[in-house]
Amino acid sequence: MTASATTQAHLEEPYARPKLVEGAEDFGAVTQRVCGVLERPKPPRAWYIGLAISSSLTLLLFTMVVYLIATGVGVWGNNSPAFWGWGIVNFVFWVGIAHAGTLISAILFLLRQKWRTSINRAAEAMTLFAVCCAGLYPAIHVGRIWVAYWLFPFPNQMQMWPNFRSPLLWDVFAVSTYATVSALFWFMGLVPDLATLRDRSTTRLKQVIYGFFALGWRGSARHWQRFERAYLLLAALATPLVLSVHSVVSFDFAVSQVSGWHTTIFPPYFVAGAIFSGFAMVVTVMVPARELFGLKELVTIRHLENMNKVILATGSMVGLAYSTEFFIAWYGGNPYERFAFMNRAFGPYAWAYWIMIFCNVVAPQFFWSKKIRTSPWLMVGVAILVNVGMWFERFVIIVTSLARTYLPSNWGYFKPTWVDICTFAGTIGLFFTLFLLFCRFLPMVAIAEVKGVLPAAHAHPEHPKGGHDHG
Amino acid sequence: MAESQPALQSLVAEFDDVDSVSAAARAVRDAGFQHFDVYSPFPIHGIERSMGLRATRLPWIVLGMGLTGTTLALFFQWWANAHDYPFKISAKPLFGIPANIPITFEFTVLLAAFGAFFGMLVLNRLPEHHNELFDNPRFRRATDDGFFLAVEARDARFDTRRTRELLQSFSKHPVVECHASTESRAFPIWVRAALAGAGALALLPFAGIVNARFRDATSPAFHLIKDMDSQPRYRAQAANPYFADGRAQRPDVAGAVAFDHFLTDPKTLTGRDGENFCGTIPLPVSDQTMLRGQQRFAVYCTPCHGQAGYGDGLVAQRAANLQEPNWVPPASLHDPVVRARAVGQIFDTIRNGVRTMPAYGRQIGIEDSWAIVAYVRALQRSQNATVEDVPPAERASLGTR
Repeated sequence: MTASATTQAHLEEPYARPKLVEGAEDFGAVTQRVCGVLERPKPPRAWYIGLAISSSLTLLLFTMVVYLIATGVGVWGNNSPAFWGWGIVNFVFWVGIAHAGTLISAILFLLRQKWRTSINRAAEAMTLFAVCCAGLYPAIHVGRIWVAYWLFPFPNQMQMWPNFRSPLLWDVFAVSTYATVSALFWFMGLVPDLATLRDRSTTRLKQVIYGFFALGWRGSARHWQRFERAYLLLAALATPLVLSVHSVVSFDFAVSQVSGWHTTIFPPYFVAGAIFSGFAMVVTVMVPARELFGLKELVTIRHLENMNKVILATGSMVGLAYSTEFFIAWYGGNPYERFAFMNRAFGPYAWAYWIMIFCNVVAPQFFWSKKIRTSPWLMVGVAILVNVGMWFERFVIIVTSLARTYLPSNWGYFKPTWVDICTFAGTIGLFFTLFLLFCRFLPMVAIAEVKGVLPAAHAHPEHPKGGHDHG
Repeated sequence: MAESQPALQSLVAEFDDVDSVSAAARAVRDAGFQHFDVYSPFPIHGIERSMGLRATRLPWIVLGMGLTGTTLALFFQWWANAHDYPFKISAKPLFGIPANIPITFEFTVLLAAFGAFFGMLVLNRLPEHHNELFDNPRFRRATDDGFFLAVEARDARFDTRRTRELLQSFSKHPVVECHASTESRAFPIWVRAALAGAGALALLPFAGIVNARFRDATSPAFHLIKDMDSQPRYRAQAANPYFADGRAQRPDVAGAVAFDHFLTDPKTLTGRDGENFCGTIPLPVSDQTMLRGQQRFAVYCTPCHGQAGYGDGLVAQRAANLQEPNWVPPASLHDPVVRARAVGQIFDTIRNGVRTMPAYGRQIGIEDSWAIVAYVRALQRSQNATVEDVPPAERASLGTR
C-alpha cells in the first residue's frame, strides 16, 4: 500500500487513528528500511547534484571567511549607523532554525508524542548543523578573530574577567551550552543505532568506525534502563534550555535602549518565531529527503501534517506578536517607539516589512486547508516562504531600528556588500552539505525508537505468559 | 570439549519476540538468579520489573551535578565581577541575582547534561571495546530483531545442565554457551603505540609552557599572529628602490615651509649659550606669553609640582600616601637651588627631563616651553617676594590689612 493511498484511507475514516509507521510492521523491516539507505552502493543522482551545489557554496563560504579575516570586517556592509548588519541577522536566523530539533526531541518526548520518533533524528541533526552556521558568525565578526577566545572567562595576563551581566556574554554561554547539550542528546540517541550499523557492516573499515562510536553497545536491559533514564533527564534539561537560548538571544536587543528593541515581549516572541522557522526548515528538508531515500513509510504524511499544524500555530503567534508590538507602540505613548514602528511599516524598509508580513502571517494560513497541509510539495512551498519571512523578520528588527536612531543627522540606509551575500549563501551551502552527508552516513530515522512504538514492541495481555500486570 | 575450551561465562538463549523473552526473564528471576541480563534492540517496557531490577541512581548524579553547576556559576560570577576585579557599570550592583541568572541557568543545565550522559556511560561501564557475547554471530540480531537472555556462570544458582533446561523450555532456538575469550582483551600493539605517542605529543604544549615560565628568554617573544605594532612600513633612513634616489625618507618638496622649523637660533632651541645655560629668555615675553605659560603649566606641571610649584601636586600626594618606595618626590620650584638656576637650565629640564621627571620635549613646543619658563620665574618671584617688590604706591595698602 503506498503512502498516499493509506492517507486517503485515513481521510475517509476520520475516527481511525493513523498508524505511526506504515508498511514495515516488524523490527527487521524497520532496520532494513533505514539501514538500506546507507547500505545501497550508490546514493541517488539527486544526492550527487545536491552535494555538488552545496559543497561549492561551502567552498565559497570558506573563501569569504578567509577574505574577511585577511582584510577586516570592513568588507561587510556594517557601518554607521547600522553597525549590526547581516552578521547578526544571519546568526539569529540560524539559531532560530536550530530550535526545532531539540524542541521536537525534548518537548514532544516529555509530552509523550510518539509521532516524534520518525523525525527527531533528522531534526536534531539539523539543529547541530544550524548551530554550526550560527556559531560561525559571532566568531568571525569580532574583527581580530584570533583573540575570539577572550569571550570566555579564563585567567589571562590582563587579569580581567568578562562582564557576566552583559547579554552578549549570556549569548556566548547560551549558544555554546545549547550546542553541547544538543550534540550530547543527538549522539546519545545515535549510540544504539550505530551499534545496529556496526553489527550489519560488511567491511572491516565500517565495522571499526561505527563500532568505535557505538561504544560497545549491546542492548543490555540494564544499559537500556539507565539509557532511558538519561534520555528522559536530558529531554527535561533540554526543554527549558531551548526556551532559554532564544530568550537570551532576544536579550541582546531587549536589554538595549533602542526604540523597537526595548520591549518585554521579545523573549516569548523570539521563541515562537524560532520554533516557527525551525519547523519550517524541518519540513523543507524532510519532504525531499523522504522522497529521495524512500522513507515514506516511516516519515508519513501524518508526521508532516502535525508539523504543519505547529507551523500554523506558531505563525499565528508571531502574527499576534507583530500586532501587539504596534498596539503597545501606540498605547505606550512613547513618540520614539511610535516612530520606530511607523517607520518599519511605511519607512524606507517598508518593502522588507511587507515581505515579512506576507511570508510569516499570511502564508501559514494556507495550512487551514487540509489539502495543502497534506500535499508534500505544496507544504514545501509554504515552508520556504516561512523561512524567507523569518529571515526578513530579523532583518527588519535589526536594521530598521538602527538606521533610524534618536539622532536624525545619523540616519542612514544599510546596504549589504557582495561579501555579505556570498557568506550567507555559503552558510546555506554548509548546512545542506552537512545534512546530505548525514543522510548518507548516519541513520536518518531513530531505528531503536521507531521499533519501540511498533505494536509488536509491547507485551500482549492475551499471551499465556505475558502481561503488563505482572511484577 | 569442555576441557579444551576456556571457562564458561554464560548460557545464552535466543528469542524472536518480546513476550517470550519477558516470560523467560520472569522465570529466571523467580528461580532466584541475580546475574543475568536481557539484550534487545530497543528498550522493552516493564522488563526491569520482569527482571527484578532496582531503579538507577542516575537521577541523583544529575541532581548533584546540576546543583554543583548552580553553586559554581553563582560563586564564580560573584568572585570574578564583584571581588577579584570589581566591574562597575552604570552604578549597577556588582552582584545581583537577576543579572547573574542566565549564566547560572546555562551552567546548571550544562553540568547536569554532562552528569546524565557521562553518568549513564560510567554506570553502564561503557565504552567497552570487547565483549564475549559478540563471539556468537547470531548475537548480532540483538541490535536488529532478536532478543537474548544470558545467565552468567558466576551466579550462585548456576548449574550448566539445569539452567540450560530452564532456558531451553522458553526458547525455540538452541541455547548456546558463551566462553571467556581466548584472545587478549588488550588493544593491538599498534593501537597502544599510537595512543602512547599521542599522549606524549599532547604533553608537549604543557612542557613548552613550563619551559617558558621558568626560563629567562634572550630573544623577543615569537608572535604567531602579528599585532598592530608590527606592520609593513619603511623606517627612517631605510632604503627604498621605488624612488630614484633610493631613500625611503622623502626630502621636503622644493619651496615648502615647514612650521616649527623657523626657529634656528641654537639658544632658543637648546637653552644653552655655547657650553653654559643662558641666563635670559631668548624670545620676547609679553602678557600673552605669561598667560600661555600659566595655562600650559597648569596642564603639564601641576599634577606633580602643584598649582603653586611646591611639589605637592595630586600625583605627589598620592605617591606619598601610598609610600611608594621608588618614588622621588618632585622638587619644589621655590627651593633656593632651583631659584638660583639659569632660565636655560629650567628650559632644558622641561625639554629633556631630570631624575624621574620625564622629558616633555615631544609634548610641549619650543615657544610653549619658554612661556612655562617665564611663568615659573614669575611664580618663584611671587612666593619669595619682599616689600621692595610691591610698587611704592601700593605699599601703604599692605599695612592696613
